[in-house]
Amino acid sequence: MDTLVAQYSCPAIEDTTLDAEQDELLHGPDALSLNFSLPPIAQPSSWLRAMTDDASNPNCPIKIAHGTTTLAFRFKGGIIVCTDSRATQGNWIASQTVKKVIEINNSLLGTMAGGAADCQYWLAYLGMQCRLHELRNKRRITVAAASKILANLVYSYKGMGLSMGTMCAGVTPQEGPALYYVDSDGTRMAGNMFCVGSGQTFAYGVLDAEYRYEMEDEEALELGRRSILAAMHRDAYSGGFINLYHVKEDGWVKHGFSDMNPIFWKTKLEKGEFSNVTADME
Amino acid sequence: MEVLLGITGKDYVIIASSKAAMRGPTVLKATDNKTRNLNKNSVMAYSGESGDTVQFAELIQANVQLYSMRNGVALSPPAVSSFVRSELAKSIRSKRPYNVNLLLGGVDPKTGEPSLHWLDYLGTEAKIPYAAHGYAQYYCLSLLDKHHHPDIDLARGLTILRMCSDELKRRLPIDSKGLYVKIVSKEGIKEHVFEDEGQVLPA
Repeated sequence: MDTLVAQYSCPAIEDTTLDAEQDELLHGPDALSLNFSLPPIAQPSSWLRAMTDDASNPNCPIKIAHGTTTLAFRFKGGIIVCTDSRATQGNWIASQTVKKVIEINNSLLGTMAGGAADCQYWLAYLGMQCRLHELRNKRRITVAAASKILANLVYSYKGMGLSMGTMCAGVTPQEGPALYYVDSDGTRMAGNMFCVGSGQTFAYGVLDAEYRYEMEDEEALELGRRSILAAMHRDAYSGGFINLYHVKEDGWVKHGFSDMNPIFWKTKLEKGEFSNVTADME
Repeated sequence: MEVLLGITGKDYVIIASSKAAMRGPTVLKATDNKTRNLNKNSVMAYSGESGDTVQFAELIQANVQLYSMRNGVALSPPAVSSFVRSELAKSIRSKRPYNVNLLLGGVDPKTGEPSLHWLDYLGTEAKIPYAAHGYAQYYCLSLLDKHHHPDIDLARGLTILRMCSDELKRRLPIDSKGLYVKIVSKEGIKEHVFEDEGQVLPA
């Protein structure tokens, strides 16, 4: 009888204990970051530097993949995101086909500069958090919120040797087109244009001179491509393929992953630019 | 080379901060705002280690607001300053201290008394009539020593701020992209558009 009563009676206060998994899905994990075991060392960053500083010690045991040019800018037609594709470990080109734009969802992009492993890992982690946000709240995460998840995360590891310079670009109904810069110091800021990485100065040089907010889509794509090309040409740590994206109201569109060499020679021969490079064989 | 300046007057405080956000050799943003409003009558301007600055400022902002929610009274500017100092003093002895320098300007809403507090990352606090952080100290403090008086009106305060800004443009090797200015008075906090009037060259 008691079991029957228990089965059909409602407790005065509804029992809301959920199992751990449901609870986590509903409220999120306790801490923002996963728990890593850290090396038992007083100053992780200086230790890491000693182990990885290729410039002062070519025999250092760990060589971190570094060196990049990435850019993103806002304009009338949305946001252009463009990157090179080279990864270097010291003077060695470790890869020429790196995807430095990560597709967080179909309207949000992240870019990677700095330590390849750090960027890859934490942007993938950001992608996961964004998807969880979507499931929990039944709506897309804003660019402001996504970039803040990343900024707070890297800030919690400040001084432990993380190295990353990233941009989050996206269009959401709440914000319109939005662009944020986040780096491993914990800096996070909104802006219209950012270039990040070892080739940033070269990209700024071309981009600043010809940037206008009122550009047409084709013009903007060409300017993004040309700015990255400039950096790939001048910066030894940038090169490979030009990865180009256009973020629009209804999501991003990919405009190719194209080898820089034919583009470089086309630019030189058809437009007469890069005149310091001679093509004749005398 | 971040610039923070503060000037008190008869019944107001001016807080100014440079608009450039720099990293390495690059100016990432030329419209950066290095200030936070803590409540209706006090403003904090910050400079220092990137990342730490905003994190610390927002921590203070949230806690000052939490205090008023719990107790139903706004903290007076000197009370805010004591609180911030205690946080910095705790921080400096911690494993990873905040590397943040601050100016805190406010006007007591009851007495109408303006106050300006200078704080640094070590936990130093001083209530002073005019203040600066960073290289701006070397150029502006002497100028302020000469031209500042406790009873100056707002127009005079802004003139003196313009003199400081011109001197920084004249002598600092790096352009700080203009100043972001807030004015605190008994009525509250106002943003002030501080026009950038072109370059100033040494004689």
